[in-house]
Amino acid sequence: MYNKGLIVPGLIILVLLVTFPFWFDAFSATKSTDPTVEPPPGGEQHCIYPADEMRAEHMVILNEWRDDVLRNGNRGTVTVDGKVYGKGLQLACMKCHTNKEEFCDRCHTYASVTPYCWDCHLTPTQQKAGLKEAN
Amino acid sequence: MKYSFSFLVVIALALIAGVGSQIPGMGYFFGVVIPYLAFAVFLGGIIWRIMYWAKSPVPFSIQTTRGQAKSLDFIKHSRLGAPDTNAEVVGRMALEVLTFRPLFYNTKSELREGPKITYESSKWLWLFAIVFHYSFLVILLRHLRLFLDPVPFWVGWVEFWDGLLQVGAPTWYITDVTLLLAVALLFFRRLVNRHVRYLSLMNDYFPLILIFSIALTGILMRYMLRSDIVNIKELLIGLVTLHPVIHGHIGAIFYIHITFVSVLLVCFPFSKLMHMGGVFLSPTLNMRNNTRAVRHINPWNDPNIKPHSYAEYEDEFRESMIENGIAVEKGLPPKEEPAEAETGKKAEE
Repeated sequence: MYNKGLIVPGLIILVLLVTFPFWFDAFSATKSTDPTVEPPPGGEQHCIYPADEMRAEHMVILNEWRDDVLRNGNRGTVTVDGKVYGKGLQLACMKCHTNKEEFCDRCHTYASVTPYCWDCHLTPTQQKAGLKEAN
Repeated sequence: MKYSFSFLVVIALALIAGVGSQIPGMGYFFGVVIPYLAFAVFLGGIIWRIMYWAKSPVPFSIQTTRGQAKSLDFIKHSRLGAPDTNAEVVGRMALEVLTFRPLFYNTKSELREGPKITYESSKWLWLFAIVFHYSFLVILLRHLRLFLDPVPFWVGWVEFWDGLLQVGAPTWYITDVTLLLAVALLFFRRLVNRHVRYLSLMNDYFPLILIFSIALTGILMRYMLRSDIVNIKELLIGLVTLHPVIHGHIGAIFYIHITFVSVLLVCFPFSKLMHMGGVFLSPTLNMRNNTRAVRHINPWNDPNIKPHSYAEYEDEFRESMIENGIAVEKGLPPKEEPAEAETGKKAEE
């Protein structure tokens, strides 16, 4: 083999780059994140769709609601199994899933998803704090 | 024909992975066994291929020049066109690898009325290629969020800038669109351009179609046929921490996507895709353009074979050369020669 001095370091760099996730996860000092979510504290069992579907589709539903309410001015409600939900993150979702940090953030942090919901919306804890300040 | 067969292969792969993974128990085969095998072939294949290349001697100094080589002081030296030092070689290589300079200087030759050939600059290939490669890089970096736990902050930055347009939820990535567009254009270039079409083989079409399908299945998975991302990430984290597990249900589209990627990885070391490593090993790029200053010695040379100049050659064979009427630079020594010749004649008589 010719030019060993260049070929061998080059191959080592290549292997290190390609196997980056393997050794990153093995040697990462920070604790890994946990995607298990807290069920609603109120004990509700049913959302507007089954849990599997909600996990995969909730962002689409929220986006449609957002467009409907803000762009089409249609502030109607959604009725599923006799239960009436307002169209909105705070009007529907956060009514049961009151803890953003233990519910939304768990999976979002795990999968590195940064939805821009919270650019405008308040979490229930923020809301409470805000109300206190206002009083 | 060459490209329709590539399409058939991709469709067959999609059917095998899509249907096969839905058979109970086969998820492990498509989600764990095939990716591991593919990764092993990919890594081993690349190392083998580079070692194989490194075994080839470079008998000539064959750098390509794109400028004036270093010469006399008053002649301007083009440092990145004809590098003279190792640092300049690195500079030129970086320019080629990062900006695709050879494609930028691509020309199109055409016969215009009468037998007149014209050359004009043709930058389309460069544009498609650079958009394609950088989109691919960004997409690869973005995928790290599914392999790393916790996700480092810079992966978030890549995602933020890529999804900057904030269209829809989940947000559309700019590189998803540019990659598909660039691959499609690179593909149609092969069909539309007569010269390139004539040169194109199945192993030119197949990677393009496969990469297009990978991107398409990825986009479908993100925007249309969604599965729970947490299940997918748990499987991928399992793969890289060597404890693969499959929790819950993962849609067929994921298995199609990962099977396509596995096929791409397996093809990689044995196809034109190896230009990733090959660009660093091409003698036309990685040699110094200093043939006037330094003698390039062929590493193949047998040290026992000494240089043999023409003067020495003529000394060795002068008599036979003269006998056979071959022109020589130096005649035979004047004194001894006639005497010898006469004695020879006498002896013959």
